[in-house]
This record gives sequence, C-alpha cells and structure tokens, in this order.
Amino acid sequence: MTATGADLASIARDAEGPVFREPWEAQSFAMALALYRAGLFQWDEWAAMLAEEIARAQAAGDPDTGRTYYRHWQATLERMIVERGLSDAQTIDRYRGAWTHAARRTPHGVPIELAPEDLQR
Amino acid sequence: MGDDHNHHHEHPDHSELGEMQSRVRALESILTEKGYVDRRTLDLIVDAYETKVGPRNGARIVARAWVDPEFKARLLTDATAAANSLGFPSPVGAHLIAVENTPQTHNLVVCTLCSCYPWEVLGLPPVWYKSAPYRSRAVIEPRAVLAEFGVQLPEDTRIRVWDSTAETRFLVLPTRPPGTEDWSEQRLADLVTRDSMIGTGLVRGP
Repeated sequence: MTATGADLASIARDAEGPVFREPWEAQSFAMALALYRAGLFQWDEWAAMLAEEIARAQAAGDPDTGRTYYRHWQATLERMIVERGLSDAQTIDRYRGAWTHAARRTPHGVPIELAPEDLQR
Repeated sequence: MGDDHNHHHEHPDHSELGEMQSRVRALESILTEKGYVDRRTLDLIVDAYETKVGPRNGARIVARAWVDPEFKARLLTDATAAANSLGFPSPVGAHLIAVENTPQTHNLVVCTLCSCYPWEVLGLPPVWYKSAPYRSRAVIEPRAVLAEFGVQLPEDTRIRVWDSTAETRFLVLPTRPPGTEDWSEQRLADLVTRDSMIGTGLVRGP
C-alpha cells in the first residue's frame, strides 16, 4: 500500500463489536455479495477494483482509518455495475436524486418509499 | 457515528437521506427493478453476517483442532475442506489456509491492498484490520504492532506475516493454553478470541 503519514499512526483496536456501523453499509455489502453469487463478477476482480478505490481515496486525502471502508465499497459497487452494463451513471444519478426527493416529501417518522413522481422530475 | 446526516434541525418537518444512504438506495432500486437482486436475498445476507457468521465459527474450528489431532492434520492440509466438514460454507474466493502458531513461529494475518479476510469463519473484519496503519505496519514492524495489541513474544519467536488476497485467506491456529488439558471442546471454543485467529492476540489460559 502507498506509504503515507498515516503509517506512523497507531492502530485503533476494538472489541468484537457490531460489523456494520450504519444500515447503508450492510445494504451495500449485501448487494455486492448477491451480485457476486449471481455470477456477475469474479471475487478477484472485485478485490482488485476495491483496492483501486481505496488507493484513489487515500491519494485524495482520505485518512483511511477503516471507518470509510464501506464508502470505498459503495464506490466499487457503482463502478462495477456500470462496467458490467447493469446500469449507467445517468440512471444511477437519476435514482439518487429521486430518493433525495422522496425523503423531502416524506414526513418524519414515516418510512421513505420511492414513488413514480420522484423519478418524473 | 457516521458521515451521513439524518437530522437537519432547520427542517424538522420532513425526512432527509444522507449522501451514502441515497446512493445505496439508488442501486437497490435499480438492481431490484431489473431483477438482478431481490430484497429477501439482501435481508438474508445481512442477517447472516450480523447474527450467524462470526468469529465463533472460527473458534469452533480451533477448539476441534485442539482436541482432535486427525482434524487438526486435515485443517493444516486443506482448511477449506476441514471447515466445510464442520458445516461452514465455502468461502468467497478460493482457499482458506490455516497456519499454526508454535513456540518457534507466531503467525500474523493482514491484507495490505484492501481487506481480504476469511469471512465464513471470522465474520466481517474489524475496523482496524481495514485501516491503512494496520495494513502497512503489520508488514514493516509486526513486533511493534503486536506490542500495541498487548502481545509480547519471546525474542527468539519468529513472526511470520501472511498477506491475504482475493484467492487466499488465512486463519491462525493459536496455541492451546496450558491448564486446559481436561476441558471440553465447547469450553475451549469460548476461550478463543477473534484477534487470536488473526494473530493480533494470544489465547489466554484460565
């Protein structure tokens, strides 16, 4: 791995704590594993792409303490989905905007659901 | 906690999704609408990794190897098959390799490039395993890293560092602590910690 100032940093240890810090991390993890099991990519291809995303984030200033790991995971997943032709960047952007829109029209305490109107903007 | 902000106090009347939440939900919508994944499968995967797959699986393997020399021999020859024989699923990637600690050699596992890890027997890796300091320092100065984990080894114990890949993952078989000769397999399994199977810990005796 690229040597950085972080090399000298101490390693934050933990107990056998929760595996996912937030629900989106679990969802992102599960999607990648489901696509792998469906045969859409090989695991070595995934690991190579993930390593690239981690290196890229480090180069961009991510201290890479492990806490941003699932951000890199999600970036890898988005890239893999586009690369394998399962979707394209414009569609992913459109759905992202639709979810933001859906959240804004949803009162607090009510589950956020995507409706056709969120995509037709 | 995280980088997402669920609560924008200036807008208490409606919901907000953080950047990561909306990115993840976008992919989920696309992939389920196109039929590449379904929600039930995703829920089952999350549930398995949150509640069923974890370091207790590895601990069972270690305890069995301590009490059953034949199993131990099989584990050290072909850990994938030995783990399967105890009912653990096949790994993501190809091979699981078990490396045995002895008075002469202590084994330490790292993944320098990303975070390859034997999920099926240890669950998902701890945050520190994924951190840049651990990934780089475990290779450069393993003895100092072990000291930070509270592990002091005799000067003449060699430290062997194993760098995981997508194809090859490692499970450390720690040393059985003295004073446990008449212990049951279950009781022994309870002693085995996650860190002892990564090599950043030792199994402490009674």
